[in-house]
Amino acid sequence: MIERSHLGNVLAHLILIIGVVIICFPVYVAVIGSTHDATTIANGNMPLVPGGHFLENYYRILFEGTKSTTREPVATMLLNSLIMAMMIAVGKIAISLLSAYAIVYFRFRFRMVAFWVIFITLMLPVEVRIYPTYKVIADLHMLDTYTGLTLPLIASATATLLFRQFFMTVPDELVEASKIDGAGPVKFFFDTLLPLSRTTMAALFVILFIYGWNQYLWPILITTRDDMQTIVIGIKKMLAVVDALTEWQLVMATAVLAMLPPVVVVVAMQNLFIKGLTETEK
Amino acid sequence: MEKRAIFSNRFLPLALIAPQILITLVFFYWPAIQAVWQSFLIEDAFGLSTEFVWFENYQLLFTKAHYFRTFTTTMLFSFLVAFLSLTISLLLAVQADKSIKGAGVYRTLLIWPYAVAPAVAGVLWIFMLNPSLGMIAKAMRSAGIDWNPLLNGGDAMTLVVIASVWKQISYNFLFFLAGLQAIPKSVIEAAAIDGAGSARRFWTIIFPLLSPTTFFLVVVNIVYAFFDTLGVIDSMTQGGPAKATETLVYRVFADGRLGSDLGGSAAQSVILMFIVVGLTAIQFKYIERKVEY
Repeated sequence: MIERSHLGNVLAHLILIIGVVIICFPVYVAVIGSTHDATTIANGNMPLVPGGHFLENYYRILFEGTKSTTREPVATMLLNSLIMAMMIAVGKIAISLLSAYAIVYFRFRFRMVAFWVIFITLMLPVEVRIYPTYKVIADLHMLDTYTGLTLPLIASATATLLFRQFFMTVPDELVEASKIDGAGPVKFFFDTLLPLSRTTMAALFVILFIYGWNQYLWPILITTRDDMQTIVIGIKKMLAVVDALTEWQLVMATAVLAMLPPVVVVVAMQNLFIKGLTETEK
Repeated sequence: MEKRAIFSNRFLPLALIAPQILITLVFFYWPAIQAVWQSFLIEDAFGLSTEFVWFENYQLLFTKAHYFRTFTTTMLFSFLVAFLSLTISLLLAVQADKSIKGAGVYRTLLIWPYAVAPAVAGVLWIFMLNPSLGMIAKAMRSAGIDWNPLLNGGDAMTLVVIASVWKQISYNFLFFLAGLQAIPKSVIEAAAIDGAGSARRFWTIIFPLLSPTTFFLVVVNIVYAFFDTLGVIDSMTQGGPAKATETLVYRVFADGRLGSDLGGSAAQSVILMFIVVGLTAIQFKYIERKVEY
């Protein structure tokens, strides 16, 4: 048995508490900042306790927007982010399920070619083909549309590889049993394979929702209209070039709103999140 | 690995795989080919005529001193982000792995920054470190530290490194914790019986057994520092002051945005593609090793 020292345990708690404080402090400050008024923040003497402007700040930012910078209300941005995150997550899961099903359960010409075509996209992240991809979207008249915002992001190798890996572990007997029962590939997919894939799909959904919600580079290129902005882009645009013009209490309220949905997803579905994270990275 | 029990159908599999292949070809391959093709072209100032110039765009890049500077900035930034976030999260994971009370609570409190967007992480930290109103900046000033990330390149680098490390700790922590929990307790107990103290157990047994996880995380962190920190940099410093925080990816983004030098921007993209291919290859080589192990 390993020796247990009281001192060692105290030290472990101490290090973890320091870690938690460092991790949580910036968010605490943001929450506090979102409850004060502009002057309290601007003179640099913001206290570490909440102020009395909570409702006012959140109401203003959600339904009116800032004065000097982007004037779009954040409610619109939240909706855009939600639509983008959902379309990316659901779209990715749907097309990856189908392609993995084709690759694992059928033999067809160019099957391996198709597999490699999908696989190699791992090496082509959007950052290395920024402007040519932008041009494709512009040529297809998809700028400022939800399709343009999401379609180029829903094809990726990770989800397909994950489903392929999972399908390989599904016992062959299930296919044979289905065949004996007279079920075709479509019936097998919906009645047997989909129910079995439920946990994998849910874990993947958590990861992809966060991925979609936090997209930065792509929406900043594709959206030019203010009412198509996502919240992550909107918050950056609220930081005015001139420091004095930035309405920090509203920026912080927006930051809190931008973090809330994905953080709730991670904390509420912690086990699915951990499963999704460790499996997609294999 | 192949399935033995399969369905036979000629058209169904093609229809099933078509959506993904189509999107992949239109939005991945076509733009990538365009980038490669464009990197061999030089366009005149008005975009009226283009000339095929072989590797001139690449030569031009490497003769420019500040492209080299971007390279060294990226290396320094990636090293700092990877090293600091790995060290801090390993320290935290080792503590959380000890069977102490409330380990689950600590885990929950440490993993959620994974869900925070890089750009938002940047905004949170700039609020505290803004030289005119940030509370940490103020405390530093009263302690006599001259802190000005708007003018001082080193300060600006510190700023983007802090925000990037903060966001990445949760990810590394989770993987280190999983790695630590996979080490058989019997090995560690045997070492303890042989009289090895806790520091010695860590360096001679735990750390070496953790090396596959560490190696995997080093690659992931470098990829993160290269690509995913664009939001952090854009919200905090926009690559400044005087390009002190401009990484390779940020530069492609900024150069192409001005729209002046498409060939040069494309050549930079192609160089990035090679870097990704290299990193992915290293990652897969490691995965093969793990499978044998």
